[in-house]
Amino acid sequence: MLQRPSQAPGVFAAVGLPPVVWLFALFLAPLAVIWTYSFGENRTLVDIAITGSWGNYARALKPLYLAILLKSMGFAALTTVLCFVLGLPVALAITFASRRAKLLLLVAIMLPFWTNLLIRTYALMAILRTEGLINAGLGALWGIVPGLPPFEPLPLINNNFAVVVGLVYVHLPFMVLPLYAALDRLDRSLIEASLDLGAGHLATLWRVVVPLALPGIVSGIIITFIPALGAYLTPDLLGGTNSQMIANVIERQFRSANDWPFGAALSFLLMYLTFAALMVQAIISRRSAEREGAR
Amino acid sequence: MKGPLDYLARWPLRLWLAMVGAFLYLPLLALVVFSFNDSRRITVWRGFSLRWYAELFDDGELVAAFGNSLVIAAASTLISLILGTLAALLLWRFRFAGKAPLEALLGLPIVVPEICLGVAFLVFFTAIVPWPTELPWPLNLGAIIIAHATFSFSFVALVVRARLASFDGALAEAARDLGAGEWLIFRDIMVPHMVPGLVAGALLAFTLSLDDFVITFFTSGPDTITFPIKVYSMVRFSVTPAVNAASTLLILLTAGLTALALWLQGADIAKQAA
Repeated sequence: MLQRPSQAPGVFAAVGLPPVVWLFALFLAPLAVIWTYSFGENRTLVDIAITGSWGNYARALKPLYLAILLKSMGFAALTTVLCFVLGLPVALAITFASRRAKLLLLVAIMLPFWTNLLIRTYALMAILRTEGLINAGLGALWGIVPGLPPFEPLPLINNNFAVVVGLVYVHLPFMVLPLYAALDRLDRSLIEASLDLGAGHLATLWRVVVPLALPGIVSGIIITFIPALGAYLTPDLLGGTNSQMIANVIERQFRSANDWPFGAALSFLLMYLTFAALMVQAIISRRSAEREGAR
Repeated sequence: MKGPLDYLARWPLRLWLAMVGAFLYLPLLALVVFSFNDSRRITVWRGFSLRWYAELFDDGELVAAFGNSLVIAAASTLISLILGTLAALLLWRFRFAGKAPLEALLGLPIVVPEICLGVAFLVFFTAIVPWPTELPWPLNLGAIIIAHATFSFSFVALVVRARLASFDGALAEAARDLGAGEWLIFRDIMVPHMVPGLVAGALLAFTLSLDDFVITFFTSGPDTITFPIKVYSMVRFSVTPAVNAASTLLILLTAGLTALALWLQGADIAKQAA
């Protein structure tokens, strides 16, 4: 039975006050400050006047910045699709594996996840660089065949390609784990029935497994999309001048361009996009819960 | 015999798993291997050497950065453990006006993009409540500790609350009937039950803090460099096996901590099953 605060006021205050005060003073307050700044203007370098204007948001939606915003969403969407394509067979394999193999595969998927993001990105840099492992390997192979023109290293880094590879590399576990959780709950007899009745594996996958696991698939998609959208380190280290994402633009406003109000407006746009993605997920999971209930 | 659902026994899927595995692990494997390379290059193998590790320990800045990271992780873990446990207890025990919004608020630090939280802390600790920079060590790390505790205590609350769900309220009732006060019940009954959750939460908070780059990037100053920040500047300016060696050490540390967490939780599950 849950208690009301009046039944144990002392305990209620003791357990409630510290976390609530902390959340308001050190989490909401900093966010509120930049929210206010997003309606302000730079008077001098350090003096920001809160004028209540929408100018920063208007500027953020001008073609230059809108293009970066759209590009970030495109990168995040492409990353999510690639993670899904790569991850679905992996999640299927884990679901139907023996107990021992299941544990092993899960740990294998999680292990890179626990490795520092910076280190994983650096590891990719070392592979993709002009003088990196892939180009060195290709160059060596090239040298075996006589009579070829000198080897031109492939441009694998400092471009959009590297950013998407990096984002997929970093976010794959975010997709596999929710997919596995959803598939693991499926009623296997439905899949067996579909196979027995003559549907092939791909047809079964597409027409039975995917519709049944849809809520889990949606959460996998959202859980992958959100961090990919706000990624900073991956485009910073692997991207070129043309593959900057929204987080890099925000960073620049705060650390070098010193336009805090504009940076604040961009951060809040990113935050609203994140919340919109979360709401989509909430609506879909509620709908499927209702459908389950109606059954 | 192969069942119809024995996907793991089918070769296309095995091939796929091998490819994904190679994609995930080959870069990390190359990173570790070349940290032992006896050359400045990180692509051509020139023989085994530990000289990059020796170089790390001679790099005073790097050692100091590592010390900072450990202090920040320890302090922020302690804070987030206390706050997270209190929040979990609050939500587990009480029904009150504003509970649903509070739960949503508690989940926010997990979903707010890191960059947004980072710049919010940057503004907060420079313009609103400037954190004094000339404080003696380790007090000068306070701003970073606060930032880390803020994003990790929600995770701790989540883990501890999940553990509390299995608490048998009758135990607390019995203790109360036998005359135990709130504090005694908390210390002798609640805490022992929560221990696995507390340990898992603490290890989670510790690794989150140790791994964090983006938020630290915005709250650290020239005197408060952490290990990831230092590695970042090394990566930016030069790619030498020294970075590989530093990365390998950090991988070992986090892998060790995670294995410890898994082992503790595994032991807990085994105990429950017995």
